[in-house]
Amino acid sequence: MRLTGSQIFVEVLIEQGVDILFGYPGGAVLNLYDELYKSSDRIQTVLTAHEQGASHAADGYARATGRTGVVLATSGPGATNLVTGIATAYMDSVPMVAFTGNVATSLIGRDSFQEAYIEGITLPITKHNYTVRRVEDLADTMRSAFRIAQSGRKGPVLVDIPKDVTANSCEFTPKEPELIRTVTQVNDALARQAAAMINEAQRPLVCFGGGVRSAAGCQPLRALLEKADIPATHTLMAAGVLDYGDPRNLGMLGMHGCFTANKAMAEADLVLAIGTRFSDRVALNPETFTSAKVIQIDIDPSEMGKNIALDLSITGDASYVLQAILPYVEPALHKDWMAQIVAWRKMDYRPIDSDRVLRPHQLIDELCRQAGPEAVYVTDVGQHQLWAAQYLHHTKSRGFLTSGGLGTMGFGYGAAIGAQMALGRRQRVIMLTGDGSFHMNLNEGCTAVSYQLPIITVIFNNQVLGMVRQWQTSFYGKRYSSTDPHRKTDFVKVAEGFGAKGYRAATLEEFRTALADALQQEGPSWIDCRIDKDERVLPMIPGGGDIRDIIME
Amino acid sequence: MTQQSLPRPEDRRRVISLLVDNHSGVLARVSSLFNRRGFNIDSLTVSATNDPAVSRITVSTHGNDRDIDQLILQTERLEVSRQVFELDLENSLQRELLLLKVACGSRQRAELKEIASIYKAKIIDLSPDSMVLELTGKPEKIDAFLKMFSEYEILELCRTGVTALERGGKHEHIQKPPQEIRDYQFPMPGRGLAGGASSQ
Repeated sequence: MRLTGSQIFVEVLIEQGVDILFGYPGGAVLNLYDELYKSSDRIQTVLTAHEQGASHAADGYARATGRTGVVLATSGPGATNLVTGIATAYMDSVPMVAFTGNVATSLIGRDSFQEAYIEGITLPITKHNYTVRRVEDLADTMRSAFRIAQSGRKGPVLVDIPKDVTANSCEFTPKEPELIRTVTQVNDALARQAAAMINEAQRPLVCFGGGVRSAAGCQPLRALLEKADIPATHTLMAAGVLDYGDPRNLGMLGMHGCFTANKAMAEADLVLAIGTRFSDRVALNPETFTSAKVIQIDIDPSEMGKNIALDLSITGDASYVLQAILPYVEPALHKDWMAQIVAWRKMDYRPIDSDRVLRPHQLIDELCRQAGPEAVYVTDVGQHQLWAAQYLHHTKSRGFLTSGGLGTMGFGYGAAIGAQMALGRRQRVIMLTGDGSFHMNLNEGCTAVSYQLPIITVIFNNQVLGMVRQWQTSFYGKRYSSTDPHRKTDFVKVAEGFGAKGYRAATLEEFRTALADALQQEGPSWIDCRIDKDERVLPMIPGGGDIRDIIME
Repeated sequence: MTQQSLPRPEDRRRVISLLVDNHSGVLARVSSLFNRRGFNIDSLTVSATNDPAVSRITVSTHGNDRDIDQLILQTERLEVSRQVFELDLENSLQRELLLLKVACGSRQRAELKEIASIYKAKIIDLSPDSMVLELTGKPEKIDAFLKMFSEYEILELCRTGVTALERGGKHEHIQKPPQEIRDYQFPMPGRGLAGGASSQ
């Protein structure tokens, strides 16, 4: 059948199983939006306040479900506003397809109104990107984009569509979506070799990251830990994959990881790294980080030995690789090693409760108590993000959405909208943010009101840019340059202005009451929680340091 | 071309051959990657191949084994790359073309002609006060040739960078396995991955 580019656009989205499209209209995408209007019974379009919010929403949708998030923006400023969201998704390997309109092909390269060379701009932050120059290429290009986003190590793909391509027409043949092929076979010799190393180890440690979440590989991971009695630590990206209360779960590793996890990493004789890339926030000093033998399992061969030297590498989907290794692993009990870990745990940093002021860990405890273990928690970036990673009682692997690699302040509200849209109103979505991060993209509050999303936002309001300030306290002689903005924002009034519900809490009791009320709301709400500006994230290992440099108080 | 960092003792000269899709913008993708990852490139040439859908990019660089592993693996991640492999310098043919313009009055013509004939360089232009020489050869030969001109005034110089092929019949390099169907660990041509894992 003969269809216009815009009709093909919608047909391929439906063919690829897209149910929600986040975006913002504009001149270059008018044809596309017109067609989406006609197909609104088949695809829901979500209008955000800003394209950046739309890109984070598509990202949040993907993180919460594992499906590909889709965002659409117009040419020029619409396209450039997506950049931060695309880069965020790229750094955390989140499957996303971003569509941008562009000026007509005859106007490209002439500095036309709202023209930007988005293909060039996003080249280093996408897995791949395309400019579609002929309507005949549109359908297959879109299909490739969806295939690339979901295959291997997942990530964002951008498709730039000039306006005339959306208007022109050509023959269209519907196709079934391609099955994404995954590595299911694992080299047996390598699996045996890995198992032999695990069997020999006296002090083995598993370190897992976001790759386990993507691979939905939690089950084989748990089976391995249980069978061979191995303790495990995780990176920020994998919070929630293992239960909070699991005795083998040592908690988070790295700069703000706990003492036990970092100590165990230093003292282990074998480290099994699964779906993690030893970033500079984990292996702060790649030379002294561990003296153990290291086995790395990752789907991306270019991660092998990129940051630290390896003894064995296995390329593949973590879940399948673990299943292949498991039969060769002998049941074991590492009594001495586990006893040592129990002893270290007594030395872990413990924050002190207060009944006078609101302390972050008490706030999070109360939040977990009321919101329950099945809630999806979304964070922005900064101190609150690390407190969340440290103190939330995680129970589900897609229940903690955070910008790890790029560390994007302002990520949270868009991502929470995406997660809530994807999971439905009945899923409880909680957003944790700081006053700094929230100021960056709180404009999306209007989106949550428009779509009546019951997102509860907890603002850790210390009146300063806490994380940067903490570094200034520790390393810059308390010279608080540009971290004390003296803002007078009244978040309760801001909420009312948007048509949302606002609360203020200065004590735990006030927070308890506010949260209980927020949980009854149909629409969005936020709670402004006053915390002390001298609250710090502890423990901390300074950049480039190791366990010997850990700051515990 | 990225900025040159100081060579380390373990660095060797390496030549990588990339077979890539012959589209517009492919060179930009490859060079952007090299720049972003901080790979030091000595020269880079792009040329057509016998297959109109494929171009060959020949990269000459310095580095240790780990650097080259990363360069190859990162380049493989690009959608447009088809095969990426290092050429064994012993078993490959490398050529580079030099155009050299030197100041040359009538009294120096004889000495320059002698250098040219020893190196089998061609004199392709002559004016009353200059001479242009053309030389094709391995990079080392070009380097040696240029050393002969330290006493002369070089007016302009242009080197094409290395282009290279393996000796003998057609070589079967492992096709870059798409990530999703990478069933086994493929060894690098001539070398295993970190950890010495090899394919079965």
